[in-house]
Order: sequence, then C-alpha cells, then structure tokens
Amino acid sequence: MKINEDYKIVIIGAGTAGLSAAVYAQRAGQDVIILDGKGYGGQIGSTDKVENYPGIASVSGFDFATGLYEQAKSLGAKIKFSEVKAVEKTEAGFDVVTERVTYKTSAVIIATGLEKRKLGLANEEILTGKGVSYCAACDGAFYKGKNVAVVGGGNTALEDALYLSTYCTNVYLVHRRDEYRAEQTYVDEIAGKDNIIQLKSCVPAEIIGADKVEGLTVKSLKDDSLKTLEVSGVFAAVGQVPSNDIFKDLIELDSSGYIVAGEDCLTSTEGIFVAGDCRTKEIRQLVTAAADGAVAGIGAAKYVRAK
Amino acid sequence: MSVLKFDRTNFTTEVLNSDKPVFVDFWASWCGPCKMQSPIFDAVAEENEDVVFGKVNVDEEQELAMAFGVSTIPTLILFKGGEQIARLVGVHSEDDLQETIDENK
Repeated sequence: MKINEDYKIVIIGAGTAGLSAAVYAQRAGQDVIILDGKGYGGQIGSTDKVENYPGIASVSGFDFATGLYEQAKSLGAKIKFSEVKAVEKTEAGFDVVTERVTYKTSAVIIATGLEKRKLGLANEEILTGKGVSYCAACDGAFYKGKNVAVVGGGNTALEDALYLSTYCTNVYLVHRRDEYRAEQTYVDEIAGKDNIIQLKSCVPAEIIGADKVEGLTVKSLKDDSLKTLEVSGVFAAVGQVPSNDIFKDLIELDSSGYIVAGEDCLTSTEGIFVAGDCRTKEIRQLVTAAADGAVAGIGAAKYVRAK
Repeated sequence: MSVLKFDRTNFTTEVLNSDKPVFVDFWASWCGPCKMQSPIFDAVAEENEDVVFGKVNVDEEQELAMAFGVSTIPTLILFKGGEQIARLVGVHSEDDLQETIDENK
C-alpha cells in the first residue's frame, strides 16, 4: 500500500545546494524533507579537499557535507535516502513519488546536481564493478600491478592517471582530442611518468570481457585504426551531466538537460524552485551551490506562506 | 540493529555460518562514495531486525575483498546460508537495499 506524507517543502537532492536550502527553509519556519537515494553530500561528499570556500582554508569534502547535514537536521529538517521517481502537479501543489512513499507538498526545490557521464559503450553497465570504475581514488588499490586505462582529458582524468600510475604497471590515458583540457601542471606531470602511455585523438570503441574487463579497444580518430589494450580496469573520467529527465514534462530544460532558471532560482512552473549545479548558470562552485540554496530556500518559504 | 565489523577471524562464523541473512558492506576510509553509503546502510539496519548487518574494511581485509571479487567500492553483498545471493555495486538507496532484502527473504 502506498503511504502518503505531508510536508510544506520537499527538497530533491542532499548535496550542498539541497542541504543549504533546507537550512534556510527551516529557519524561515517551514517543515522540509530532503530526498536523495545517494546519501548526503553530493559531489562534495566524494571530494578529497575543499580549499576555495570563503572563510574555510581547508576541509575534507565529506566533513564539509557532514557539517551541513548535521546543521540541517538540528534545525528540524527530515532526510530520507530514497530516489525520487516522479513529480506530479496536483490541485493542492505537488506529489513527489518514491518507491514506497508519496510526499504531498506545496513547493518543491530541485537540487539534483550532476552525475558522472558514462562512456556509452555496450557492456559498460554489466562490467561496472567488474573492471569498469568511475572512481580511481576508490578502486585504484584493487589494480596493483595490473594495466589499466583512463578515459578523459580534463583535470580529473589526469589526476586519476597520476594516482593509478603509483599502483599499476601501465596506465593508458585515452583522450579524444589532441590537447588536454587539464591544467598545465598535470600535463607536465604525466609527461614525466614512464608508465603513463598517452593515446591522444583516440576514443574507446569496445570493452572486451564477459564477466570481467580483459581489454579495451580504442579507435584512432586520425586514421580509424583499431587497437586493443590489455587492461583489467577501465576508469571513466569524461565529465558530468545533469540528470533531470524525470522533470522534463513539468519544467523547462535546456538542450543539455539543465533546468532553465536565473539567479532567482525560479523554474518555468510556479512552486518549483531549483538550486545548484542542475540549473543553467555560468559558475558551478560549492559557494554558488550554497548561495542558490539560500535563494531557493527563502523563495520557497515565502511562496508557501503566501499560498 | 547495530552494524558489526567483520574480518578474516569472524567472517566464517558470523557471515557464512549465520542462521540469518547477512548484509555486508565492503568499504574503505579513502573512498568518498563509501562514506555516503554508510548512513544509508545504517538506516536500513535499524529497520531490519531479522537481518545481520556488518562492514568489511577492504584496506585491512584484502583477502576477503579478493575472495568475493570486490573490485569497486562500495559493494554490498547479501549472504544467506553461506552463499552470495545478491550484490549491489556503487551507492544505493534505502529502497534498493530494502528491496534486495525483501526479494531474498
């Protein structure tokens, strides 16, 4: 049987934007629940160190997230680690639907952030956890003395390659362009590592293996030639994408899937607010996510009071 | 129910020979997503008296991680009657964990 629960405001996403929104909405006197199937912290929860948040010289990402989580909870915010399946418009407001519970609410704040982009290869999903990984820092130690490939050309990809080069025999760095997007210091550092083999203008074409990764076939964009690398791990570091598909019939998204909104954090539907990296914006940083949380939290509280 | 700590000395008696299903969280302190999985695991543990919950630190227990083919963390494995009956790789929600338990009762 479906269970219904009532809240003034439902916040979708327990990253920095969502938790900040909860702090501000609770302080404005509204009962909120935060829903997130991936725990609390969002991207910052898995970030090693934060050194650009005003007033805090250095803090671990998880400690920062935990501080914000505890702050929101101590103000009375509820949190449930459930994935939101749908949001439906009702006469009274909105139904936010999860597997077991439907949350009835007057206002919704969407703070779903970004998720890691997949490589888009055929057997990528079934081999995830069997050689395909999206977190070099988590899984690098399992590949001691083995060959691995890293796909990507930004800071994360080069950092991952450097990290893995301390454990692995050889690290193939596969990048579709001729130039890296990463900072020059990383580019210089990988050039100095004998066991990092750079494959530029190459894209991954096929992951070899049925039960576990046994190789990665890459295609040269220069001459279309194929080459199979004998690797037991494939680490994807190809950026991040928004995951707002479930909202597409309810609010306006841009062509990349970001929720269209300005600094006022208002979406195209009255009563639905947006905060953080999941909306259209120039600068996606921890401090701008927190700022959005304040704007959306206060905005939603005002909206609920006026209703 | 409180979450136990499993290692090579107690894994056979407390997991493989357990009368109840046992949900095991393979994690490490260096792994951010593992820290995010942890409060979810704890919340589900509180709601399920008939299942044993415990953690294996793969940094300290590399043999156990290897024995069960863990190469990405967090990995959650549900054991019943000494067998692996379900496996979740990466961070999963309370609903996913509960469904895994309910489907394998």
